[in-house]
Amino acid sequence: MANSSRDKDNVAQIVRALEDKDTSVALEDPLENYMVLNMGPQHPATHGVLRLLVKLDGETVVECIPELGYLHRGYEKIAEASTYMEFIPHTDRLDYISPIANNVAYALAVEKIAGVEAPPRAQYIRVIGAELARISSHLMAIGAMAMDVGAMTVFLWAFREREKLYDIFDLLTGVRFTTSYTRIGGVAQDLTDETKQAITKFIAEFPHHHSEIIKMLNKNRIFLDRVVGVGAIDAETAIGLSFSGANLRGCGVEHDIRIFSPYLVYDQLSFDVITEKEGDCFARYMVRMREMLESVKIVRQALEKIPQGPIKADLPKKVLPQKERVYEKMEELIHDFVIVNDGVNPDVGDVYVTTEGSKGELGFYIISDGSGHPWRMKIRSPSFCNLQALPYLVKGQMISDVVAIIGSIDPIMGEADK
Amino acid sequence: MREKIEEKLRAALGENIISVSEFKDQVIVEAKRDSIVEVCRLLKEDQELEFNFLSDICGADMLNFEDASSRKAYLAVEHDYHPEEVPTSERFMVIYQLTSLRNRLRVRVKVRVDGDNPVCPSLTSLYPAANWYERETFDMFGINFEGHPDMRRMYMPEEYDYHPLRKDFPLMGVPGSIPLPRK
Repeated sequence: MANSSRDKDNVAQIVRALEDKDTSVALEDPLENYMVLNMGPQHPATHGVLRLLVKLDGETVVECIPELGYLHRGYEKIAEASTYMEFIPHTDRLDYISPIANNVAYALAVEKIAGVEAPPRAQYIRVIGAELARISSHLMAIGAMAMDVGAMTVFLWAFREREKLYDIFDLLTGVRFTTSYTRIGGVAQDLTDETKQAITKFIAEFPHHHSEIIKMLNKNRIFLDRVVGVGAIDAETAIGLSFSGANLRGCGVEHDIRIFSPYLVYDQLSFDVITEKEGDCFARYMVRMREMLESVKIVRQALEKIPQGPIKADLPKKVLPQKERVYEKMEELIHDFVIVNDGVNPDVGDVYVTTEGSKGELGFYIISDGSGHPWRMKIRSPSFCNLQALPYLVKGQMISDVVAIIGSIDPIMGEADK
Repeated sequence: MREKIEEKLRAALGENIISVSEFKDQVIVEAKRDSIVEVCRLLKEDQELEFNFLSDICGADMLNFEDASSRKAYLAVEHDYHPEEVPTSERFMVIYQLTSLRNRLRVRVKVRVDGDNPVCPSLTSLYPAANWYERETFDMFGINFEGHPDMRRMYMPEEYDYHPLRKDFPLMGVPGSIPLPRK
């Protein structure tokens, strides 16, 4: 009975709307208007195990709730039970698209609290590694975003370039993917001439391939229709939501931790902070595209300026000795034994050290009780914070834009879920 | 910079500021729990300081932090879980990392939270970003944030009974606490 009277009301409403030549009709019963759609956790466009609950009005997103935790491995708990050295391999698996950047961030945090400083050569190598990791990460972000909106070619091109980067990481660190490259007080291996040549070759060729992607996308009507003006956010909201990295710079906020509080040797290298004003998907895409060229610039300068010298700090009580010497020398053997078993014993206290990771502000907060294990380690993962803005970004957009927006904020679930 | 922050905070909030210190060039403010919203509001809205970016909120379990012998017990991979036996006064710490984008400064604010009634005021009215950070802290430590719009777990399943980052929670977890999917 109630149903039929409501139907009548609806029909009357539709007729009235048609008479007014108004083509959109909003019905009052929410059951007839809204639909809840579950995206993920195994959805190809959510970049990992992100689950979204999306409430739809027709094709328009009314509300969106992200659900995290499908990749929660409890790294903060594991950190409390492992020594500072033992935790380095776990940092690879946070943002697994740019592992060296994570290694560097973690090593800097431990060095800060332990009072160790890596020698200049190691710092330059770290900068080179971190910037190559940024290029790799941005290529992945752009490739995946372009694929999500239908441009398969760019994805393949980006992966071709990333393959070259992985060859470089292989030469530099000995492995392609999970690098575990930094040590507390330095890096694991030196930058050889062969690696240097490979990097020089890559950065010489990369701008050409970069311009190919630009040519493919920047005037492509299909791509532009999917990203320009989609998922826009203004600077104030973005700051309130702790957006960081390329996403924040896409809203016109000139915030880059490499400039904000320079670490390593970034203050000796010249590069620009890239910003775009619009704050939409296209702006975020453009920031990433332009930042890759800045990274190339940084790597080129770093390769020119890199000094000769040791790659590990000369602090036997805190820094692992070179492996070759451990086999030959008594003292190195003892130090190696003590550091591996007992660990670096930093001062009692806490530090929060941030770096400009590939995704944004990557910070490690360490509370030390003076022993070899951190008492508490908090990973401030940029993807987690960037994802928090997702409900604001997708609100009022079309359902098909959700994938473009996820692609444009570039979340990595390994990092968001820790 | 430490002096300026200390002066402003003490002038406005007096007794509520326990200490302002510096460690490895980082400014640390220790405040009383109930004043945290006021402290952050002052740091955020002051024209000179303008800490408008909330980098992070995290909890920490400071259970027997001073006592080196008990520390070893928490490192054991498996141990019995007796949540009722632990001392509780001022057990938890909640740490806020604030950033001033304009002045390029960072400050860390810490408050202590009791173990038997772990409640802390929420910062969501000041910083929308606090929403997820506080949910994560709740999930990991069981600290309830008063005034939070959506106090659910962030990572663990909603029906999970424990708070895994507490020091008395065993590293290997509590057997049987997460039902495995049927084969």
